Amino acid sequence: MTRGWAGAAAAVVLAVGLGWAAAATVDEQTVHDVATQLRCVVCQSLSVADSPSETANQMRGVIRERLAAGDSPEQVRAYFVEKYGDWILLSPPKSGFTLLVWVVPFVALGIGLVLVAVVVRRWSRTPQTATPPHLDPAVRERIRREMSGMDKS
Amino acid sequence: MSASRLRWAIPAAVVPVLLLLAYGFRTDPREIPSPLLGRPATAFSLTTFSGTALSLESLRGKVVVLNFWASWCVPACYEEAPTLERTWRAYKDKGVMVVGINIQDKEEAAREFLRRFEHSFPNAPDPKGRVSVDYGVYGVPETFFIDRKGRVRFKHVGALTDDIARRELDALLKEPS
Repeated sequence: MTRGWAGAAAAVVLAVGLGWAAAATVDEQTVHDVATQLRCVVCQSLSVADSPSETANQMRGVIRERLAAGDSPEQVRAYFVEKYGDWILLSPPKSGFTLLVWVVPFVALGIGLVLVAVVVRRWSRTPQTATPPHLDPAVRERIRREMSGMDKS
Repeated sequence: MSASRLRWAIPAAVVPVLLLLAYGFRTDPREIPSPLLGRPATAFSLTTFSGTALSLESLRGKVVVLNFWASWCVPACYEEAPTLERTWRAYKDKGVMVVGINIQDKEEAAREFLRRFEHSFPNAPDPKGRVSVDYGVYGVPETFFIDRKGRVRFKHVGALTDDIARRELDALLKEPS
């Protein structure tokens, strides 16, 4: 009889232990990863992971709870976007209007490189196409004379 | 020669940047449109400070004024507190429910606030911030107006005034239920 009770107690302990293990399977690293992508709503330019505020703490709690309920990190992100809009994401989405934020710097860099290339090519070509400066024939004759004189000495 | 041909490049580079800055500096970065407008308000069930159950579901068919506040929110929450009570008293017999949700607060301070303003409409704490996130609340005070069909129709950020409350409620009450 006592053995029966002990067995039942062990089973309960095991069940509670397993239940606890299942609840604890939310990886804190995953919570952190999601939190780093979300903007803390009460701070300027801090992520939910980095902010020490109570709001951010509660938002981490919400992330943890949703992950524990079986949501994927992507679904948790989508939940926050649904409630706060794209503003909540620290990196603007690579689609729609905010795609510009990702594309414009590279386009501008490309245009800049092309411009520099064009300008440099022009500068290096200039001496060949330049006409010699106009000289008075008398001056030209004088230079010629003096230079032949230099050769002799 | 090359300089004159490239002269267009300077305004071409500068003008778009100036236009972007002119646009950017005129917009208020704090003014972020809520994506919730027109969408069904998320259900919640909380326990009020006086210990009774409070759920959005039980208020279906009424126009709901949902106010998020905190006792440390000075001065805006203090400014709007009399407005909320006045609105509640003026509209409670017209099918309007005013609900206060206390967020990120200490219970004793919150109770003191309610005593001070003699709030007679239900107020409930949101201890884990679940409801705040469900409504995309940034800070306090924020007030949501929910129509009879349970959709979020208007969001007011900052202290609520009598004029705004009246304008929104009169419009929502005119709609067929």
